Amino acid sequence: MTEALTHTDFKSDIKPVWCPGCGDFGVVNALTKALAKMELRPENVAVVSGIGCSSRIPAYTSCYGFHGVHGRALAAGTGLKIARPDLTVIVTGGDGDGYSIGGNHFLHACRRNVDMTYIVMDNRVYGMTKGQPSPTTEPDWDSKLSPDGTGLREFHPMVIALSSGANFIARAFTGDPNGLADVIVQAVRHPGFSFVEVLSPCVTFRPEQRDWKKIVKPDAIKPTSDIARAARRMLRDTGFDLGVLYAGNRKPYAPRGERANRDASVLEARFTL
Amino acid sequence: MQQTESPGAAPPPRHTSVSIALAGSGGAGVMTAGNMLLEAAAHAGYYALMTRSSGPQIRGGEAAAMIRISCRPAECMDDHFDVLAAVDWENVHRFGAEIPLGPTSLIVGDPDQGEPHEVFTRTGAALAQVALKKMAKGIPDGRPNMLLLGLVAALVGLPDEAVTRAVEKSLAKRPAALVPSLAAVAAGREAARTMPRAFPLQPPPPAATQRWLLTGNEAAGYGAIKGGVRFVAAYPITPATELLEWMSPALAEVGGTLVQAEDELASINMAIGGSYGGVPALTATSGPGLALMVESLGLAVASETPIVVVDVMRVGPSTGIPTKSEQGDLNIALYGLHGDAPHLVLAPNSVADCLRTTQWAVRLAESLQSPAIVLSDQFFGQTRAVIDRPAELAADAGAGRVVAEPNAAGYKRYAVTTNGVSPMAIPGTAGVTYTADGLEHGERGTPSSQGTDHLAQLDKRRRKLELADYGTLWADVEGDGDLAIITFGSCTGIVREGLARAHADGVKARLVSMRLLAPAQPARLAAALEGVRKIIVIEQNHTGQLFRHLRAEYDLPGKLTSLHRPGAMQFNPGDIHRHLIEWSRT
Amino acid sequence: MKRKLPRTVQEFMAYAWAMEVEAAERYAELADQMNTHHNREVSELFAKLARIEGKHRDQIMAQMGWTRAPDTSSFRWETPEGPETTDYSELHYLMQPYHALKLAEHNERRAAEFFERFAAANLPADVRAAAAEMAEDEREHVRLIEDWLARYPEPEAGWDEDPDPPAVAD
Repeated sequence: MTEALTHTDFKSDIKPVWCPGCGDFGVVNALTKALAKMELRPENVAVVSGIGCSSRIPAYTSCYGFHGVHGRALAAGTGLKIARPDLTVIVTGGDGDGYSIGGNHFLHACRRNVDMTYIVMDNRVYGMTKGQPSPTTEPDWDSKLSPDGTGLREFHPMVIALSSGANFIARAFTGDPNGLADVIVQAVRHPGFSFVEVLSPCVTFRPEQRDWKKIVKPDAIKPTSDIARAARRMLRDTGFDLGVLYAGNRKPYAPRGERANRDASVLEARFTL
Repeated sequence: MQQTESPGAAPPPRHTSVSIALAGSGGAGVMTAGNMLLEAAAHAGYYALMTRSSGPQIRGGEAAAMIRISCRPAECMDDHFDVLAAVDWENVHRFGAEIPLGPTSLIVGDPDQGEPHEVFTRTGAALAQVALKKMAKGIPDGRPNMLLLGLVAALVGLPDEAVTRAVEKSLAKRPAALVPSLAAVAAGREAARTMPRAFPLQPPPPAATQRWLLTGNEAAGYGAIKGGVRFVAAYPITPATELLEWMSPALAEVGGTLVQAEDELASINMAIGGSYGGVPALTATSGPGLALMVESLGLAVASETPIVVVDVMRVGPSTGIPTKSEQGDLNIALYGLHGDAPHLVLAPNSVADCLRTTQWAVRLAESLQSPAIVLSDQFFGQTRAVIDRPAELAADAGAGRVVAEPNAAGYKRYAVTTNGVSPMAIPGTAGVTYTADGLEHGERGTPSSQGTDHLAQLDKRRRKLELADYGTLWADVEGDGDLAIITFGSCTGIVREGLARAHADGVKARLVSMRLLAPAQPARLAAALEGVRKIIVIEQNHTGQLFRHLRAEYDLPGKLTSLHRPGAMQFNPGDIHRHLIEWSRT
Repeated sequence: MKRKLPRTVQEFMAYAWAMEVEAAERYAELADQMNTHHNREVSELFAKLARIEGKHRDQIMAQMGWTRAPDTSSFRWETPEGPETTDYSELHYLMQPYHALKLAEHNERRAAEFFERFAAANLPADVRAAAAEMAEDEREHVRLIEDWLARYPEPEAGWDEDPDPPAVAD
């Protein structure tokens, strides 16, 4: 009989290159704990990512990993899950990868509601390319690329997810890896597209985010399956309210229509005279 | 093509090929009639092909159906049309360049719909008037397009049963329309007796094999499934959409799935994701879509993930002319990926060949863990053709994907092997998990910025393609002599027919129609061109893309000439015939 | 998840054990992070702390006579993580041994306070006794860390200055 796996069994021997202090360490911690808790096996889990610091995660796990191109992780994860519904597919990435170049795929992944979990490590900056504003950066945050700030209103991923059809939406904080692990378990177990927005400080380009642990409000949001209620809750959102916002009842994506498993030669009847 | 005589005289001699154009606008049903004519020809035992042209309107615009019926397999349209029959003349002159007529041709029009445009009449074609609309009104629920169908079918001598069968099949879902349609067809047949010319076909030779009726898009879709594809991610684009639409229900029957994506960036990445999961995957697009996909094709190269992209080429650049054919994506297919990213590029050279070449592309992509771009085009994609049952690959062709065994000791996904192919671990397999990466990597797949790792992986990825044995399918090599024509794709059929005519005039030349465009095959091409002193490269684009590619990649013997013409100005066999005569003399 | 108070010595020591496990794992992880960033001195210091906490963990196992690790999957701390676990966000790639030891001191103090609360809580006597003993152990650890810390003066201002700008990898 195989012994139960612990979270260390889900970590690879590759040491992350993230800056000490980076919130993403908490996500690896939480993710590996969650996978062990669910008694999954590494070979049946695939971690799919795009480009950015947080997208390095797949290689730090002992699962199957896919480190693709910038912004397209949700598409790759969608294709993988539809082709291999037996796998547990976790898509990971950052706020730039997910909400900027990946924004379109984010909308449609929520609509499509394929049964997979999307974990975004949001540090409100493009870290890997040295500190440009991202869609979730405050409008007045000064940077070289956008001096005096972008002046643009921040993207609100949870609202977008809610309005686009995501079936499970939560916000968590990497400073609480055990709490995050619980949320990840809930997210993976909830059918359909589960979205977890994780506040994950970047100590190099946003050192002030070290104070996030003093600002975040744990359990500030209580889960509901009522979209209208969830939407009203978001009207009061501070950006630091943690909890499960929405756990809905949409049926997860499934190919529609009748399916069969015949030999390809049956298709010739469509052409023969 | 032979002379015709006026009615009443001795029965006219028989033709081996007739070309008919049906035109009209605004709900005239010209396409429907054209399809029925094509199917009638098929039921009568002929080969045939049909292309279409239409105005920019979604519905109700001017439309033309162009049909060639032939006793021998026909891979292209002829130099001119024998019959142009129109329900009305609204903007039909826009098709003037596509429906060339001659002094032996016949124009059939409705006198109540105005006169045919001068572009048609100045050719010297005979003009016959038939009051189609009035006649149709005389038949309850009769329609002018059915009258035309009966008329032209009679002009070429198609047996009544063949026409009836085509009409019945086409109207199977609308039985109420059957009687009026057949009545109109009969009336049209009657009207044909009064025509000044007829173009009766010789009886068709007995069929040696099963005959199929399909488009190149359908053939490619079926070839992909035969090759093993069971996952397709799709984004519609003219003229590839029908390939995806055909595959959707087809995949459902054989245990596969098609997903509609939100854009081409999503569809290529979904397909790569599915393939990473172990399921052979494909997407189809046209030039603008392929341009969006090239970054991710590079990901497939770097991560060594098999994937097939069918590019049904249309006129470019940019949005171009979506409904017309051009061979203009060779450059982007060969060179469009950033970095040094060797991959497979193939080009079917007939509607029938769309099946086998796509099937082959899937087998190659799988066994070499590489992307393969299949360069089809609008002409193949949207032409409906009656063909002999197409050739397929042998059932055991290609080893397929080499996969890692569970718990293989010391497994390295990107191990530097002698033949460059390293076993791929499929998710679900224990003990051999790895992370696929677009970042350059070492043998284990761990990202690496070391030059030595980069060189080793570059060499591996190139080696695996170069050392593969592509067998005899890499090109069709026909004929002999010290002159050679090199071409690819849809030019092949036109060149073959033009060359056959030139042969009758004493010009001998080899034809090399290249099916595998990348990786280059210098030894094979050199062998095919042994003893050649003059080469002409024929293609349908503005800058001679194949010509330049050959000059860059190959040492070619003798004198090299380029003959090229952009899309929407297709060569015909007569053009090729004339060019070959001239070229052979210089 | 509502925290369940331990009602028996077995349950209580399982909590204590879980605390040491988490602390040891975290120090080992931090040692790796520091090593990746070429901060050898602090890496070794964290590795040593990991070994020490590991010893504490093993001592508890031996003391309790357990042959298998207790099931701590339903445990929840009052704080996000265990009282002896270093918060990831406290690290800096240029941190000095002084900083690492200050973190360790903070951890041991919190652990001592944690046990002292149990020792004073409305719990069975044997649990309170065990808690008091653990609290005393942790106080001893605090003293040891303080001695260790005495060898390192507080770093001057500018210890975190790096003249080089951040590098890019992707």
